[in-house]
Amino acid sequence: MSKMLHLINKSPFDRNALDSCLRLAQAGGSILFIEDGVYAAMSRAASAEDVSKRMQDLNFYVLGPDVSARGLDDTPLIDGIDVVDYGGFVDLVVEHDVAQSWL
Amino acid sequence: MEPWEEEEGPEVVKRFMYVNRRAPYGTIYALECLEVVLIAAAFDQDVSVVFVDDGIYQLKKDQDTTAIGMKNFSKTYRALDDYDVEKIYVEKESLEKRGLTADDLIIPVEVVAADNLRDIMAQQDVVISS
Repeated sequence: MSKMLHLINKSPFDRNALDSCLRLAQAGGSILFIEDGVYAAMSRAASAEDVSKRMQDLNFYVLGPDVSARGLDDTPLIDGIDVVDYGGFVDLVVEHDVAQSWL
Repeated sequence: MEPWEEEEGPEVVKRFMYVNRRAPYGTIYALECLEVVLIAAAFDQDVSVVFVDDGIYQLKKDQDTTAIGMKNFSKTYRALDDYDVEKIYVEKESLEKRGLTADDLIIPVEVVAADNLRDIMAQQDVVISS
């Protein structure tokens, strides 16, 4: 079974990409929030509960430059989400067998 | 009177409302709408600007786009006041859903509940949404 990296680049309030990804992602895989997807990493957002439910069986990451761009550096993240930079993004792609973009 | 001169008549002021519903950097809608508002403001009309849904993210404080190589246009919202655009509304429900408050925003706004925003919207002559 391949280890998959899921890329979410849409706001959870604008599209249902996050919902579908959380529903269909196989345990052991990872989700990386980029671009407008970073709003889903914020603990005070209404979508946080759905993300937290899969914190045990998936790894969660958020792209730091996209967090800073949106003014969210001081906004608390959901516990357990790691911040990565562009280098970390590349590492994640290399560490996983498949990368899937939930466009 | 020259042909290019307009006849003096009673000035017609229309009520224009611009409704922002998109986050700032994932698409070009937010920046384009801000530019339209600033242009429209030069025509001495009655302009309101509304932020609902992900549009409220446009006003989030502390945006720093250095690392993504895009223009940080969030400070331009502060120019709205200089253009006499003073009716700036943010929907209360949209803020709450995203865990934000008026203190998180880069400019002073009027936070209004959907019930009230509905009435304000109904009073407009032109509504442009993006």
